[in-house]
Amino acid sequence: MPVKTWRRPLDADKVKPPKAEVHLIKDRCKGCGFCIEFCPKEVLEESNEINERGVHPPRVRDENRCALCGFCSAVCPDFAIFTIEKNCQGGC
Amino acid sequence: MTEELPHPYEKFLRKDRIPHIWCEGCGNGIILNCFARALDELNIDLNQVVVVSGIGCIGRVSGYTNTDSFHTTHGRPIAFATGVKLANPELKVAVISGDGDLFAIGGNHFIHAARRNLDIQVICANNFIYGMTGGQYGPTTPFDTWTTTTPYGNIEQAFNLVHLAAACGAVYVARWTTLHTRWLTESIKKALQKEGFSFIEVVSQCPELFGRYNKMETAIKMMQWFKETSEVQHFSDPAKAEITPKRIVVGEFVDIEKPSYGRLLREMKARVAKKK
Amino acid sequence: MTTASVSVEKKGVVRSGRRLFMSGDVACAEGALAVGCRFFAGYPITPATEIAEHMALRLPETGGVYIQMEDEIGSMAAVIGASYAGVKAMTATSGPGFSLMMENIGLALMTETPCVIVNVMRGGPSTGQPTMPGQQDVMQARWGSHGDYEIIALAPSSVQEMFDLTVEAFNLAEAYRVPVFILADEIVGHMWERITIPDAESIKIVNRKKPTVSPSNEFAPFKPDEEDLVPPMAVFGEGYHFHATGLTHDERGYPRTESAEAQTKLVQRLCNKIRKNKKKIIRVESAMLEDAEVAVVAYGIAARAALSAIRKARATGIKAGLLRPVTLWPFPEEQVAQVARRVKVIVVPEMNCGQIVREVERAAKETPVIFLPKLGEEPHKPDEILDTIRGRLK
Repeated sequence: MPVKTWRRPLDADKVKPPKAEVHLIKDRCKGCGFCIEFCPKEVLEESNEINERGVHPPRVRDENRCALCGFCSAVCPDFAIFTIEKNCQGGC
Repeated sequence: MTEELPHPYEKFLRKDRIPHIWCEGCGNGIILNCFARALDELNIDLNQVVVVSGIGCIGRVSGYTNTDSFHTTHGRPIAFATGVKLANPELKVAVISGDGDLFAIGGNHFIHAARRNLDIQVICANNFIYGMTGGQYGPTTPFDTWTTTTPYGNIEQAFNLVHLAAACGAVYVARWTTLHTRWLTESIKKALQKEGFSFIEVVSQCPELFGRYNKMETAIKMMQWFKETSEVQHFSDPAKAEITPKRIVVGEFVDIEKPSYGRLLREMKARVAKKK
Repeated sequence: MTTASVSVEKKGVVRSGRRLFMSGDVACAEGALAVGCRFFAGYPITPATEIAEHMALRLPETGGVYIQMEDEIGSMAAVIGASYAGVKAMTATSGPGFSLMMENIGLALMTETPCVIVNVMRGGPSTGQPTMPGQQDVMQARWGSHGDYEIIALAPSSVQEMFDLTVEAFNLAEAYRVPVFILADEIVGHMWERITIPDAESIKIVNRKKPTVSPSNEFAPFKPDEEDLVPPMAVFGEGYHFHATGLTHDERGYPRTESAEAQTKLVQRLCNKIRKNKKKIIRVESAMLEDAEVAVVAYGIAARAALSAIRKARATGIKAGLLRPVTLWPFPEEQVAQVARRVKVIVVPEMNCGQIVREVERAAKETPVIFLPKLGEEPHKPDEILDTIRGRLK
C-alpha cells in the first residue's frame, strides 16, 4: 500500500532517497500484472505495445517515483523486470 | 529505461530454457525467483547445490535452475534426495515439488525423511490442485471446492501441511504465500543453512485452473485473496493453522535444533571405525 | 578395503582368511562390497533380508551407507540418487518388492543410472510363498517396467556365483550405465556353500566413464560415445550443472516431450546400447555339449539338478549336455540356436510356468523343446530331468 507520511521527516535534507532505474526485459513479460498492481508507488502501468508473447508489457509512468523497494523484481514470475540504483555520482 | 542489462539472477537460470513454460501469473515463477534470490544472498557455491523435483508444473523447476538437478518419477524426489545426501553429505539438496507430488503419492517419503531429520530442504508449491494434468483435486484441495474430479464439490478434508511437517519431526517449518516474497526468501535462506529437515509451504496461485474453477479467474484476484486473508503469526500452533477461505496463517511455526540423520550416521561410523 | 582381512563373528560365521563358508545372500553382499559398492537402500523381504542385514553390518565398517527406506519404491529412488551422487549403489528384494520398484527401474533406465538390483526370487504371484524358491520373475526383469528398453540380468546358481556375478553385475552396470539384475532364488540365496573370496587386487573393477570435457556450456550429459553408445557420466557436485529427467530428453538432458525425433533417437539408443554390445555382455557355460544329442538349458538352481542329471545320463550312455545361461538377459539366442542345430531335443527345466523356455523355443526354431516346470519348495530332482531326457530319446 502506498504510504503517505503526515509530516516531513526531520532528516529529509541529509538523507536523499535513492534514484532508481527500472529495467524491463519486455519479451519475457507474460502480462500477469503483478508489478503494476503491487508497486507501492504506482510507478508502472500497462503499455499499449504488444511484445513477442502477444501481451502488453508494463511501462514506466515516472521513474522518479520509484523507491527501489524491489518488490516488482521479487514478485515477477518471469524475471522480466528489475530495478537498480542509479549511479548519482555526478548528480541525477 | 534501457533493455541491454541482463537480469541480476541470470546466472541461476538456464538461459536457453527461459522463458519457462509456466502460465502468466503462475506462483511457480515467483518461487523460482525467491529461490534464486536466496542463493544469491547466501552466495552459495552453486557447484554444491542439487535441485530435485517431482512431477507437476513445479516439477519443471529443476530444468530451469543452473545447478545439478534431477527430475524424478512422481512422488519420489524426497527418496531420491535421501540417496544423494547420504552418498555425498557435502551437497546442499533442495527438493522443490508440489502438493500432490509430496503429500499424495509421495506422502510416505515425506513423513519418513522428516522423521529421520534428513538434512534436506523441502519447498512445497501448494496450489491446492493438480495443475499439470488439468486441475484435479489433491490432498490440499479445500473442502467443497470445484475441480475436474470433484464436479460436485470436494468432500475431502485438506491436509494442514505445517501441522503434518511439525508432527513428523521437521526442525524448521514455515508457511508463506507467493505474495510474501521477502519473508519467503528469508525462510529459504534459513532452511538452506539449517541442519536437519526443513519444510517451507508456499501457498501459490494457479489462476488458470484453481482460480478459474473457484471464482478467482485472474492471477491478481488470487493474490488479492492471499493479501486479504493472510496473517503473519510466528510460532503459533501449527495444529490450528489450517487454511480456510477466510484465513491463511503464515509465518514460521517450528525452528528447533535436533541432530540430523547425517550427523548421527557420521557418529555411528566413527564408533564403528574405532572398534576395529 | 579388502574383505578378506576383516574377521568379525556374526551368527556363527567366522570370517578370516580367504576360503569361507557362507550363505548365498551373504556372498552377494560381500561381492558388492568387494567391487566398491558403498550404498545400499532396501527394505526387508524374505528371502533377501540377509543381504540387507549383512550390508547394515558391513557398510559402516567400509565407510559406506546403509539405509532402510520406508518401502521398495523409495529404496530404488535412493539408489538412483546415490549413484548420481557418484557412489556405487544397490538394492535387494524379492517378488513383491520387485514389482514396487518397477517404475523407478524405468527411471534408472531412462537416466542411464548404473546400479544393481538383486531379486532373490520366491514363489509368486503376489505374496505367494515367501520362504520357497521360484524362478517366476525372469520375464518381469526384462519387461516389468513400461516402455521399451533393454536390461542385463545374471542368474547365479551357486554361492560362489552370488559373489562373482555381483562383482560382474556392478562392472556391467558401470560400463553400460544401465540397471543390472541378479536373478537368484531362495535356495541359492539361503544355502551355505564353500566360497573362495579372491584377493582384492585380483578383482577387476570397472568404473563409469568420466566426461573428457571440463564443465562448460558445451557439456552434454547424454551425448553417447560412438563406439559403445554410452555417454560419459558426470555426477553431482563436480560443477557440470547438468539436468537429468525421466522425460524423453535430448543430449543436453532437457525435456523434449514434443519431438518424435527425440523419442526415436533416445529410446532406440537405450536399446541399442545393450544390443550392440551383446557379444561382450552375454555369458554362457556349457558341460558335455560337444557331442550331445539332447541338451538341457537351465539356469539358477535348476542348473544344479540339470548338471547332476546329465552326469547320470552320461553314465548310462546317453549323450546329454548342459547349456547354462549365466546372462539371462540379453538372452543368449545365438548360443541356444547353435546348440539346437546339433541336438535332437532340448529340455528346459524351470521353476515357473514357462518363461525362459519361450526364448529357447524362439531360438531353437525347429528343434523340439520340452518344458519341465516345477513349482513350490522342492527344486527339480535330477531324476525328474533324467526321466524326461530318457523319455524323449526313446
